[in-house]
Amino acid sequence: MIELKNIHKTFPSKKNGEPITALSDVSLTVQKGEIFGVIGYSGAGKSTLVRCVNHLEVPTSGEVSINGNVLNDMTTEQLRQARQNIGMIFQGFNLLKTANVYDNIAIPLKLTGVEKSEIKKRVDKYLDIVGLKDKKDVFPNQLSGGQKQRVAIARALSHEPDVLLSDEATSALDPDTTDSILNLLLKINAELGITILLITHEMHVIQKICDRVAVMENGEVIEQGNVIDVYSAPKHQTTRRFVNSIFPSDVPKAFIEQLESEGPIIDLTFVGTSADQPALSTVSKRFNVDTNILSGNIVQLKEHPFGKLTAHIKGPKEETDKALAYLEEQGVQVSEVEQGYDSN
Amino acid sequence: MTVTELFDRWGGLIVDATIETFQMVSISLIFAIIIGLPLGILLVTTRPNKSFENKYIYRTLNAIINIIRSIPFIILLFTLLPFTRMIVGTSMGVRGVIVPLVIFTAPFIARLMESALLEVDKGVLEAYEAMGIKTKDIIWHVMVREAKPSIILGITIAVIALIGATAMAGLVGAGGLGDVAYRFGHLRYEPEVMYFTIIILVVIIQLIQTIGNRLAERAKKD
Ligand SMILES: Nc1ncnc2c1ncn2[C@@H]1O[C@H](COP(=O)(O)OP(=O)(O)O)[C@@H](O)[C@H]1O
Ligand SMILES: [Mg+2]
Repeated sequence: MIELKNIHKTFPSKKNGEPITALSDVSLTVQKGEIFGVIGYSGAGKSTLVRCVNHLEVPTSGEVSINGNVLNDMTTEQLRQARQNIGMIFQGFNLLKTANVYDNIAIPLKLTGVEKSEIKKRVDKYLDIVGLKDKKDVFPNQLSGGQKQRVAIARALSHEPDVLLSDEATSALDPDTTDSILNLLLKINAELGITILLITHEMHVIQKICDRVAVMENGEVIEQGNVIDVYSAPKHQTTRRFVNSIFPSDVPKAFIEQLESEGPIIDLTFVGTSADQPALSTVSKRFNVDTNILSGNIVQLKEHPFGKLTAHIKGPKEETDKALAYLEEQGVQVSEVEQGYDSN
Repeated sequence: MTVTELFDRWGGLIVDATIETFQMVSISLIFAIIIGLPLGILLVTTRPNKSFENKYIYRTLNAIINIIRSIPFIILLFTLLPFTRMIVGTSMGVRGVIVPLVIFTAPFIARLMESALLEVDKGVLEAYEAMGIKTKDIIWHVMVREAKPSIILGITIAVIALIGATAMAGLVGAGGLGDVAYRFGHLRYEPEVMYFTIIILVVIIQLIQTIGNRLAERAKKD
């Protein structure tokens, strides 16, 4: 659906020094119908990456293709046509201040040559989908942030695109509003079959709606895969930091050292259904051990629950070994926390 | 002298002068906007990193505008005498003063339009670009539209500057309120005529500014 091949992007430096490399050798494929998330810290190159997808930013080298059509080879006119099939929403909503909700959706439709009678139908249809049917005559400054983003989403959808790009669309919103916008994105993905490529710096966004994720740092994709795989076995240091950010585990070091003398401290990763089962409590009943959860969290990924706990298993070595073996049998990933435990 | 006497004696003269001023201002304003708005758009779209980036057009335009704007109107009026005669056939009367007034006001309007258009949120322009909308439509339906409140305020400022400039129009026999104040009030020492015209000018300027503010507020929609 969306294919990025070896994208490089450099910007001329402001002060005639070294050019800034925003993207280096990025390759990604987004499958039709999926929600693909790109996460990274600020300055990682995420915005530049999505902007390359619709050539708002022309890559220095590399190829962008959508539905097999290569954007690099297109004339200005062809690119314009191609863009009408790629919706985009932004952190700042980018609505016309001087136009009401209806016109904010109708004007771009008119400018892309949609017929008058069709315009009215589309505005009504998509305002209904985003739940703002009764706000047609309202101007953007009378809307909340979440409502403005809904108008922007309706505007993007009204062109009936195959693809929706989102550049931090929820980053300016409070947590509740963020959730409602994410639910809306899930809905349009499921019901309209629109492929979504979004970028964010929040793990919350990834875990709630994404099927696959790519992690970016310094203009490169350092890791990508199914969300569940990346969460359960993050390979890169930065990915681990992102995953650990939702599983706080700042147990004091002195405390750990003291506990380790009485039994192992382990990280338990529960994937999928095993997160539902109270495996840890069963352990203390079956074996001669005491379990004590030091920190952890269970989150709901798009399709599976996923949990990560740090626990202390107290007891004689042979019993704790059996307990660990049992946990692994139950489909729980177990890894012993090393000395020099890194809270990050 | 009572107010009635004042009106009887000077009313006709002042009404005529007011009409002359309005003629000069409205005709020059229309031409100045027709020239100034596109120049403002050109200044915004040809600057570095913009849709029609062109450093030659941008720099030349900038320089010409700065040069014209450095010349006080009274000097421009005389400098342009031969040019005015060439364009409209005369350098006298209302017709003769329109050319210098337009040349004086158009670059000013271009600058005012430039700053109004630069205020428009880049993100919105980008959103429209991303929707596959033609650059010319973005300029007109997004940039100019969104800048409308500032454009209206800019034009208000230009009108007031124009009224000021028309005061010099008497020098080429075009009449107007400034001319009346100067000829009768100063040369013939009839101070009440001077005060009368001043009051009328104050009222006109107040009115224009108020209307400008109202229209801008209405265009803002918030
Ligand atoms: N138009 C630009 N001109 C120069 N440098 C830019 C431009 N856009 C982005 N950059 C630089 O590219 C890098 C990546 O930026 P960006 O893609 O915005 O990152 P992110 O969205 O992940 O925060 C940053 O170092 C930024 O300063
Ligand atoms: Mg960004």
